[in-house]
Amino acid sequence: MNRETFLAELRNGLSGLPQGDIEERLAFYGEMIDDRMEEGLSEEEAVSEIGSIGEIVAQTVEEIPLTKIVKETMTPKRTLRAWEIILIVLGFPLWFPLLAAAAAVVLALYVVIWALVVALWAVDVSLFAGAAGSVAAAAAQAIRGDALPGLAMIGAGLLCAGLAMFLLCACLAASKGAVRLTRAMARGIKRMFIRKERAE
Amino acid sequence: MDAQLKRGLLDVCVLAAIKSEDSYGYKIIKDMKPYLELSESTLYTILKRLEAANMLTVRTAEHDGRLRKYYRITEAGVRRIEDFKAEWKEVISIYRFVTKEEQHE
Repeated sequence: MNRETFLAELRNGLSGLPQGDIEERLAFYGEMIDDRMEEGLSEEEAVSEIGSIGEIVAQTVEEIPLTKIVKETMTPKRTLRAWEIILIVLGFPLWFPLLAAAAAVVLALYVVIWALVVALWAVDVSLFAGAAGSVAAAAAQAIRGDALPGLAMIGAGLLCAGLAMFLLCACLAASKGAVRLTRAMARGIKRMFIRKERAE
Repeated sequence: MDAQLKRGLLDVCVLAAIKSEDSYGYKIIKDMKPYLELSESTLYTILKRLEAANMLTVRTAEHDGRLRKYYRITEAGVRRIEDFKAEWKEVISIYRFVTKEEQHE
């Protein structure tokens, strides 16, 4: 891929984001390519060292705050006509509940994901507590001279501890997954607000 | 490595790369390469963050018939490096304490 194609594709990928952010990034990556070519790299090599356009686009979307994207895309390019303003005001009872419902659904999804993670951790913590409790109970029974129930308690405790450790791995994986999912959701929400201009 | 820790380290590394003289994007990446691989998009994010925190300033200058951005460290940036050095002296002494047992074995 040559320099021009790379920058054109990057511009395309970033389209819909605030114009200033796009220009600034294009200048940055353009300079990076130029400096590599000055070092003696071929144009193709220089471009390939910059990395994938998809990654740059994903990172850029993540960096720009949602409020800025919304402000940029929601600011009308022309002033609204009187009847449009009246329509928006009169339509308020219609569009506001719909918007609020959509926001509530997204929020609910988010809460559900984290509730699952919290539940997993809760189970894990209770297993650990169970293990500790069983050992304590076993010790108490040993002091009283009940060796056999004490032994059973120790067995139960070991079982709890084993399960708890096993579940700990699952908990960690689930937490990491939830963080990733949350970030993907944030990206997705932002994407909804990014108006793609190339379709026109 | 912990993401938060890595972020802090990268910030200080970039500041160190522009400490002795003003530098530009590709040179920063080249200078850091023997110690740390840094992608362009990551560097961009760090430079933006440091600029927002007033730890560096940016100026555009002509180079070979094209424009290039040069980054210069500020007082606050130099202080950040000094703070980092002081912090890590502590971390290193804690590390020595943590690994003391292992060394005697």
